[in-house]
Amino acid sequence: MDALIATFAGYAPIYPELLLAFGASELLLLGVFASRIKSETMVWIAIAIMGAAALLIFNQGLAVEQMFNGSFVVDPFARFLKLLVLLGSIVTLFMSRTTLKRHGLLTYEFAVLVLYATLGMMMMISAGDLISMYLGLEMQSLALYVIAALRRDSLRSSEAGLKYFVLGALSSGMLLYGSSLVYGYTGSTIFADIATYLQANPGQNIGLIFGLVFVLAGLAFKISAVPFHMWTPDVYEGAPTPITAFFAAAPKVAAMALLIRVTIDAFLPVVAQWQQILVFISIASMMWGAFAALGQTNIKRLMAYSSIGHMGFALVGLAAGSAEGTKSVLIYMAIYLVMTLGAFACIMTMRRGEVAVEEIDELSGLANTNLPMAFFLAMLLFSLAGIPPLAGFFAKFYVFRAAVESGLWPLVILGVIASVIGAVYYLRIIKVMFFDDAKESFDIMPADMKLVLGASGVFILLYVVYPSPLVSAAEAAAKSIFPG
Amino acid sequence: MEIGLGQYLTVAAILFTLGIFGIFLNRKNVIVILMSIELMLLAVNINLVAFSSFLGDLTGQIFALLVLTVAAGEAAIGLAIVVVYFRNRGSIAVDDINAMKG
Repeated sequence: MDALIATFAGYAPIYPELLLAFGASELLLLGVFASRIKSETMVWIAIAIMGAAALLIFNQGLAVEQMFNGSFVVDPFARFLKLLVLLGSIVTLFMSRTTLKRHGLLTYEFAVLVLYATLGMMMMISAGDLISMYLGLEMQSLALYVIAALRRDSLRSSEAGLKYFVLGALSSGMLLYGSSLVYGYTGSTIFADIATYLQANPGQNIGLIFGLVFVLAGLAFKISAVPFHMWTPDVYEGAPTPITAFFAAAPKVAAMALLIRVTIDAFLPVVAQWQQILVFISIASMMWGAFAALGQTNIKRLMAYSSIGHMGFALVGLAAGSAEGTKSVLIYMAIYLVMTLGAFACIMTMRRGEVAVEEIDELSGLANTNLPMAFFLAMLLFSLAGIPPLAGFFAKFYVFRAAVESGLWPLVILGVIASVIGAVYYLRIIKVMFFDDAKESFDIMPADMKLVLGASGVFILLYVVYPSPLVSAAEAAAKSIFPG
Repeated sequence: MEIGLGQYLTVAAILFTLGIFGIFLNRKNVIVILMSIELMLLAVNINLVAFSSFLGDLTGQIFALLVLTVAAGEAAIGLAIVVVYFRNRGSIAVDDINAMKG
């Protein structure tokens, strides 16, 4: 008995994951056998489970712990990102209840799938091994494919699911092929051992670089960086809006975390090899995100290109390959998460009666019909465009400063140009809202969306006054994965 | 001729390339895409097992087993999505997947 308790206590670092795994499975059983429980209650249970997991993570302190021979790493970096991911999942579940109910999509399966996807994301963030990386990634992706096609009677939703599945499976295949080559040429799947091998054998190794390129291509798919972004606009447009909000928030954070883990934990000794790849996909994402968004009329497609562009900006910080750069990426992802959730709270409100509208023109004259929503949405859009003194400006400022310190001048110059071009389409929405003729007003915004929109608006407005909690947390997180 | 690591890697690389081409060049049927995805994953398994055997290290074989498991789950979900899509569209030809541009 004592031995059993001791074993159980040894698992303390993975309690949050265990809680999510058991919680999701219990919820699934509850949904199947206790059909009298309302789906809304199930969603609240899911939120409570994730909240409890967040508390557990919060209580773990700052220790660096390794589980299962180093294949599962729990350090401040992992905790910071896990809290972000949980925040994203909780907020999307919380604010999408009303909208999903109207679509008849508020089923317990949704809550269960979000829990499993979140569990997968947490495994990705803690991955310290190529195997756990792949398993976490697939756990997240398989749940997300199903969520994308959740609206079974809609052609567009099922098409979104199909496209996401095919391209996602392709990217997993590439990631896996790369992993097999990395394993073969370094003799280990554990990130720390790969780094040690690379340190000891600094010479060029074609097979290994081939593997690295494949792994990076697979991960670039997951964060939807150009040239692997093709699925993003279609999936964002086709999936029901609350689900798009989920896709845009937490999975992006988790995939970026995994990319940081692979590049810094495993491949830091060959930084010159991956730096040029990241510089290229970063420039391509920023530029394509800015130019392709200009012609969009559907606001969900616009948000897709916006997220492609933002991933490009975040990669600027990672390409710097320094602790400062990693810190800037973490801050960027936190601010991006908050902005995206706020923007999607507005997009979900865009409905008249039973019809959800998605065209940008439908927002015209919003300032006359609903000034508070127009004000907050305008703030969020200014922040997404990176206009000071809002939070989005500081996010971009940190990544560019890190890139300058690493001497990546061309990247910074192109990034600033892309940011200016990108501002055009955000400003166009603001012009439509404030200066065009008013259209019929939208339905009244539900209180929970008001709360999310208000909270995210206040965060981006007040970040300039009190940035230190986020900055110091990100700094501690970034330090924990950099040796020395 | 002695069959070494190089031969195994070549076979895996050929299979993997076939899988990728199967996804991009195929214009007929989504099921073919699912088969191509399986082909890619199996090519990876050949790689892993070959490396494992030549390195004398078991990790690769464990990895291969896990890949097989995940591939089964992936195929199940893929087929389920294809069925849902067929019910809405009445066809699973690749050229018909065009409700949204892109």
